[in-house]
Amino acid sequence: MKFGVCVFPGSNCDYDTYYVIRDVLERDVRFVYHNETNIKDIDILILPGGFSFGDYVRPGLLASKTALMDAVIDFAQKGGIVLGICNGFQILTEAGLLPGALLPNINGRFICKDVYLRIETNSRILTNKLKKGEVLRLPIAHHDGRYYVDEKTLKEMEDNEQIIFRYADKEGNTDSRSNPNGSVSNIAGICNKEGNVFGMMPHPERASEDVLGNHDGLMLWYSLIS
Amino acid sequence: MKVRILIMPKEGLLDPQGRAVTELLTSKGYKIGNARVGKVIEMEVDDSVDIEEIAQKYLINPLIESYKVEKE
Amino acid sequence: MVDVWERHGLTKEEYETIIKNLGREPNEVELGLLGALWSEHCSYKSSKNVLKLFPTKGERVIQGPGENAGVIKLDDNVWIAFKIESHNHPSYIEPFHGAATGVGGIIRDILSMGARPIALMDSLRFGFPIDEETKRILKGVVSGISFYGNSIGVPTVGGETIFEECYRTNPLVNAFCLGIMPAGRMYRSRATREGQLLFLIGSSTGRDGIHGAVMASAEFGEDEEEKRSNVQIGDPFFGKKLIEAVLEAIEKNIPVGIQDLGAGGLGGASAELASKSGMGVEIYLDKVPLREEGMTPYEILLSESQERMLIVIEEEKVEEMVNIAKDHHLDYGIVGKVKGDGMFTAFFKGKKVADIPVDLIVNKAPVYDRPEKKPAYIEVIEREEFAETDIDVEDAIKRLLSSPNIASKEIIFSQYDFQVGTNTVIKPGADATLLRIKWAEKPEISSEKGIAISSEGNGRFVYMDPYEGGKYVIAEACRNVACVGATPVAITDCLNFGNPERPEIMYQLKRAVEGMAEACKILGIPVVSGNVSLYNETVEDKEIRNIFPTPIVVCVGITEDTVNIVDHVFKKPAHIYLMGDLKKPLSLAGSEFQKLIFKRIGGKLPTIDLEKEKKLIEILVSLIRKGLVISAHDISTGGLIISLLEGIFPTDLGLDIEIYTDESLQTFLFSENPTRVIVSVEEEKAEEFKGIIEESGLEWMLIGKTVEGDDSIKIYLNDESILTLKKGELKEIWENSLKILAGYT
Repeated sequence: MKFGVCVFPGSNCDYDTYYVIRDVLERDVRFVYHNETNIKDIDILILPGGFSFGDYVRPGLLASKTALMDAVIDFAQKGGIVLGICNGFQILTEAGLLPGALLPNINGRFICKDVYLRIETNSRILTNKLKKGEVLRLPIAHHDGRYYVDEKTLKEMEDNEQIIFRYADKEGNTDSRSNPNGSVSNIAGICNKEGNVFGMMPHPERASEDVLGNHDGLMLWYSLIS
Repeated sequence: MKVRILIMPKEGLLDPQGRAVTELLTSKGYKIGNARVGKVIEMEVDDSVDIEEIAQKYLINPLIESYKVEKE
Repeated sequence: MVDVWERHGLTKEEYETIIKNLGREPNEVELGLLGALWSEHCSYKSSKNVLKLFPTKGERVIQGPGENAGVIKLDDNVWIAFKIESHNHPSYIEPFHGAATGVGGIIRDILSMGARPIALMDSLRFGFPIDEETKRILKGVVSGISFYGNSIGVPTVGGETIFEECYRTNPLVNAFCLGIMPAGRMYRSRATREGQLLFLIGSSTGRDGIHGAVMASAEFGEDEEEKRSNVQIGDPFFGKKLIEAVLEAIEKNIPVGIQDLGAGGLGGASAELASKSGMGVEIYLDKVPLREEGMTPYEILLSESQERMLIVIEEEKVEEMVNIAKDHHLDYGIVGKVKGDGMFTAFFKGKKVADIPVDLIVNKAPVYDRPEKKPAYIEVIEREEFAETDIDVEDAIKRLLSSPNIASKEIIFSQYDFQVGTNTVIKPGADATLLRIKWAEKPEISSEKGIAISSEGNGRFVYMDPYEGGKYVIAEACRNVACVGATPVAITDCLNFGNPERPEIMYQLKRAVEGMAEACKILGIPVVSGNVSLYNETVEDKEIRNIFPTPIVVCVGITEDTVNIVDHVFKKPAHIYLMGDLKKPLSLAGSEFQKLIFKRIGGKLPTIDLEKEKKLIEILVSLIRKGLVISAHDISTGGLIISLLEGIFPTDLGLDIEIYTDESLQTFLFSENPTRVIVSVEEEKAEEFKGIIEESGLEWMLIGKTVEGDDSIKIYLNDESILTLKKGELKEIWENSLKILAGYT
């Protein structure tokens, strides 16, 4: 099993993600650059966090138009597993691989802090090692993480078990107080209908080692590789 | 009356967003130059409102932005 | 009519020196270059003699002051580069972009040493955040740092923010950056032989940051200037690409030397590089990639456009370097050549537009020994008297917690990505931040060690007593890194002072540096890099306002590993001890308590016993390594009670504070006497702990315990219960005060 970590100009969690895959999970991994089109050797693609193309115009927009993204779209349509983290999530919505959009946080500021996430489903491969209702603590660090989707699509997503995580409190209650950025229905992570493309705002790669004081992200990686 | 205030980075000022747009479109083979990214603020006003004052006092940073008012 | 020298910020005497050296009048381009490099910022003409006092050598020092950053040895594999620099004035003019470009500039200083930048910190000083203008500046600066640092992918891991009336018309923004490099692979601003080329890479050059007076005098009419802006805009996206491109060039062993472009633009960078190499340079201004049409040679040479670096390369490396620039979508040009003649020559459209000795530009700026005079206010303040107040202690604690200088700064640091890079082991909010060392792209270079960093700079103490206050600043920065278990090893400093042409300010500068240097010597800490920001003087309604003398210091410390470390948070039920220099009478001089309750400061600042400080640092580090203490927190702003509360707030524990003292309760709780740390110790380890302290010649005092099951805070004085406080209520004040005061929604 081989991971690919996509690198766009301005990606900045590329090394962090690569490090976790190589040094913590001890899996095969390589960087995939924005101008590459051949990704046949890759089994799981990660679009890491950062500020691809400076987040200019709209986060994720410019990256979604690169040559690599044409290949990623093709890869996803053929059933390849893709996970977008933070800016990667933004790129995937801009590319049309995931429904909805990510708008500026409701308070207008960048937010870097730990949040609690409730697992909404374990029927998808990103969370199959976790229990529904379980709560994880993961860091967020974004300026544009307010998930927006229209009501009709939201209903469909709920029916299809496409909502993977919701922002919650320590006990797993979701309400406006536990919603850090004003996301619709406290949504923090989703997948497409087919369940092979995932997007999440929190950063599991920042919570995968004891030395950083948090390993809650590990179960997501383990789910992915199992 | 509906007015539109077009806010642009001042001439001569680096516009990182415009530069990134230029870079992308040029790399796709389009013959374009010097894209610049600004903002638009639209609002309903009646004739008594001094839209220039609103723009200058509250909406733009005169150090780095210029603006233009369009009336419909 | 303004004289020609004045337009370039030179004095008549300086202008005459130039003519004498040159044997002719300099032309406009040459004068622009001289004006930039003879400025206080570049030449240190008022501070050079004072800066000599700092010790700069030590067993870990690889590179001391004089280069783009200082470099120290971490271990056999890894070296660390770091520096702090001011960006005060630009941040006042345009808070967002001023702060953003400050961050960009310091990152490139670190990059030019060949290091990968891995951490940023910012020391900020503002007026009290009650007026709209101060709130605007605060928010602008913080979001500018957030915008640039977050995007470029270097975590902002700490810093401090202090609010004081003297900074209202002159805020301070000091940016610090730290980077790591493989041992032995350091770059300097150097060329090694004639014929090497100067490769400019990064952003194109526009008319940013060109000296306003000169702009007006050139081709623009007043109308034109209205339409234009010379504010420097930072582009972190280009900054990020530049980091990766330069590191790739280094990885491919292409550069001979590296110099970033800062003050004085291409002219300043190439002249400094030539001077340090003992060489001359030829600059081809037509080769500089431009963003705008019609730029004059003057503008091209002196533009301070951001995100640009100068790399010295051999001719045969041009193609490789061009490919790197293209791969990273960066502008580039071969803009100069190294010459052996010691001259700075610039060409534009076939004409020679500047031709002056490098030595004149870089080394001939006058050095001033400016007169100094002890300011009259010092003795007035010393004699101030304060009656014992019968203030309600509970009320005082609440007022302190709501002071923006004590209240949680989470609203600031949560806007910074402090985790990108996944090296941040101890996060912002502790005495020091701790980073682990990993190098994802170079796994062969690794270290078990950790790097601790802490910034400090209490201008109020330095104002009251520049000499003693200077010692305080160094001692506290070092003590802070010791509080996480790190041995302090080196510092960088930024000296923010008022107008040095006033003898009273010069006195502050001289005495503060003497105090700092004295502390550095005794604590064995070299200064490896730094910056001076003078003329922090403003005039408001005819009143001349100078800032408090504010030396800001960042101490870098090293831990043996990232496991045997602690932070300030009480972990579990344990005994709490005060340790350090406890024999000195406690004083409230200069404390936040005094400022808040009496609305004035005064009294004699207690002297600091640096030998005891040294001992405290040494013993504390060894106690942490041995696992004998499970938390440690320095006593500083707000005094003992605030340190205790900061340690208990993040927990579910309660606190019993048991005080036995002859001093008044106020003095005991709120004094900011130095050389004191509170630690928590598990009961079974208490005897061993106390033994070590006693043997070292320091003192300890049991002041209470953390308790489970009840989260109230109880204070007992000489066995008598005098106060029970609700933790939740206090915590809420502490958490929300700054947010509310500054008007964050």
